[in-house]
Amino acid sequence: MTNITDLGIAALRDGVAKGAFSATEVATAFNAAVEAAQPALNAFIVTTPEKALEAAARVDADRAAGKPLGKMAGVPIGMKDLFATRDVQTTAASKILEGFKPQYESTVSQKLWDAGAGMLGKLNLDQFAMGSSNETSAFGNVISPWRRPNDTTPLAPGGSSGGSSAAVAARIAPAATGTDTGGSIRQPAAFTGISGIKPTYGRCSRWGVVAFASSLDQAGAMAHDVTDCAIMLEAMAGFDPKDSTSLNMPVPDWAAALDADMKGKKVGIPREYRLDGMDPDVAKSWDDGIAWLKDAGAEIVEISLPHTKYALPTYYIIAPAEASSNLARYDGVRYGLRDLPEGAGLQDMYAATRAAGFGPEVKRRIMIGTYVLSAGFYDAYYTQAQKVRTLIARDFTKAFEQVDVILVPTAPSSAFALGEKSADPLEMYLNDVFSVPASLAGLPAMSVPAGLDRNGLPLGLQVIGKAFDEQGVLNASLALEQRAQFSAQNGSRPEKWW
Amino acid sequence: MSVDTATVAKIASLARIKVTEQDLAAMVPELNGILAWVEQLGEVDVTGVEPMTAVIPNHQRLRDDVVNADPLTGGDMRDAVLANAPAPEHGFFGVPKVIE
Repeated sequence: MTNITDLGIAALRDGVAKGAFSATEVATAFNAAVEAAQPALNAFIVTTPEKALEAAARVDADRAAGKPLGKMAGVPIGMKDLFATRDVQTTAASKILEGFKPQYESTVSQKLWDAGAGMLGKLNLDQFAMGSSNETSAFGNVISPWRRPNDTTPLAPGGSSGGSSAAVAARIAPAATGTDTGGSIRQPAAFTGISGIKPTYGRCSRWGVVAFASSLDQAGAMAHDVTDCAIMLEAMAGFDPKDSTSLNMPVPDWAAALDADMKGKKVGIPREYRLDGMDPDVAKSWDDGIAWLKDAGAEIVEISLPHTKYALPTYYIIAPAEASSNLARYDGVRYGLRDLPEGAGLQDMYAATRAAGFGPEVKRRIMIGTYVLSAGFYDAYYTQAQKVRTLIARDFTKAFEQVDVILVPTAPSSAFALGEKSADPLEMYLNDVFSVPASLAGLPAMSVPAGLDRNGLPLGLQVIGKAFDEQGVLNASLALEQRAQFSAQNGSRPEKWW
Repeated sequence: MSVDTATVAKIASLARIKVTEQDLAAMVPELNGILAWVEQLGEVDVTGVEPMTAVIPNHQRLRDDVVNADPLTGGDMRDAVLANAPAPEHGFFGVPKVIE
């Protein structure tokens, strides 16, 4: 008998459609897995077993009535707690939104429910998606299901979608939504040995997603493998008139068109990503990836992305600047926390509310953003960063005249221990070095597991594609997945200790 | 450029975040570390380069100029709008007295 919680999206959906098991059985199995893991992993901020069961009952009824079933029918998923969900607390992992129950549903979550998915709960994350280890959440750290051999040190699940990555890796959710501003889908996917795709900026509606940096924020899918990511992304993507940057173009049938044959395709290897002192295991996994794509028929081309080293500092001006503006809405008046000290006026209430409600990293980024946007410094910092961003995007445009996709590592290391980098904000920021450039250029990018490093921890490979070419990204990722044989490897999923 | 305690206090005030002397003492070196690091962007030659405004080419759409074009984001939603307010009063957002 198959263990239901070992299955991914395609297997669950097809199993439900064929009648191998009911959607209610699936939801019940995952609800139990979530409940059992919650004390140890803390992947969820709230669990909603009743929502998973309600959706499952609808799918079972539709099937019994012979109605057509959606792309995600019978698949219960985890929803990152950055998506507004009607009547279910939505916090962005911040105290300032504790108790906030949206009166509306985000476009992306609504699309997933319309496709037949159900909600297991709202997943933990870095506060306002600001972080790379899930340590900035006001609702506690998420603990990675992965451990080093014979070592119980708690490891980071990556961030900001750390609840999402931990839940999928631990097989307590078959898939989860993520959002990616500078790597928040790809880096946690790499840290936990799962797959994750950030589509082209504008593919998924931002309506109802708690805003961090609006020119960068993009929702995406996190799941066991490339096929599952393709299916889920199809369900999430699509034009939304309520998002002014939504792309008005059809959503291709990515899953049906998956093709791992790379013959005639050119894969770019940017020399600037080969950093001095690169982790030897990361370098080796990159070389493995190059060999696998060559084996799939691709031609390997060395390329140059000359402004790569400026991507991180550019990001850490633009993202905080946009955050300082977006987060101005949290004022203690309309929703969320209010801290009104005795006798305080309106301005004091704002300042007290924001001091009490925001965590240290969020405050730090608001302060940086406020500074770089302030009179006298705007041009030196913000305008300069926006110009460098143009150059970074132009580097990619030029490279894509030569190649179809670009292959690089996802992150500079495997998962680090909780607390290892949290004392120094700059050191934490450097973990995004390989993921930020594609974000700044708005390009689709995906992380797939490449293998295990010397500590027995997963490493990810990242495929970056042309704007709108999610298919090219998914195809190259599939070619890597088939050759990495990660899911077939011994020890390629965390041993259950929770 | 580096910031001193007075500047950080000023930024905090602009950002409407109440900070203690202790917060300020911790923030000054942190912000200076980050600012010193982003300073390297100054060395990039950006002559003739336009600042990016849209990462993926798109155009601003206009919706039809009609009342409640989208019922979800249109009017007549007072109760829903106030549902999460910390201190709603008489159908309005309540705030501390701003006029003496």
